[in-house]
Amino acid sequence: MPRVSIQTDDFDLSTEVAAVRAGDAGVGAIASFIGTVRDRSPGEPAISAMELEHYPGMTEAAIEAMIDEACRRFPLRGVRVIHRVGRLLPGDQIVLVVTSSSHRGAAFQGCEFLMDYLKTQAPFWKKETTPEGARWVDARVADDEALARWGLRSGNAA
Amino acid sequence: MATVNVRYFAALRESLGGSETVDIEPGQTLGQLRDTLIARGGAHAAALARGKAVRCALNQVMADESAPLIAGAEVAFFPPVTGG
Repeated sequence: MPRVSIQTDDFDLSTEVAAVRAGDAGVGAIASFIGTVRDRSPGEPAISAMELEHYPGMTEAAIEAMIDEACRRFPLRGVRVIHRVGRLLPGDQIVLVVTSSSHRGAAFQGCEFLMDYLKTQAPFWKKETTPEGARWVDARVADDEALARWGLRSGNAA
Repeated sequence: MATVNVRYFAALRESLGGSETVDIEPGQTLGQLRDTLIARGGAHAAALARGKAVRCALNQVMADESAPLIAGAEVAFFPPVTGG
């Protein structure tokens, strides 16, 4: 089982959790996060579709490095990251992070750390289609601030 | 003459194409390469203009503009990332 998959296909949470747990009786906690496509953002036109682009090669390497960093910071036993690319629709799953550990603290923290890192440091770009046309999504300063909580500086949105 | 492979993503790819080979001077930095591309004018000047949020990678690792280039490197310019 690879730790990182970039794929157009959908994923199944139960299958991925089972794989992370498999053969490891020391797991006492599993945390997971799934990001999905919203149908709109407040004050914005409705989104009919979303196109996700990435930088093949760099994406996988960047997320592998993030997982290594997460494992240095927290006693994680298993990690799985899946990020979809291509055309997605409102309600579709975009990203999955699963972490396992002996205790819940590390599992929660490792999962949140990986998502905060991924939002600002992994080379993905979202383009929304709305009735007013297609537009690239702007990066958010709030995502840089989320990463800063872990002592990591990011100037992605700034 | 030394060259690097320059790749563009997202909105930059739409205006500049997916990739191109660009000549570099010895010791040139990523930021100086950006200025060289801006100096071409046209779509390059518009897409890479100073003041626009452009991020870069060198050999598939996030880099800042002070990074020195070496011949054969893979350089990428792209907007701030928005995955997740």
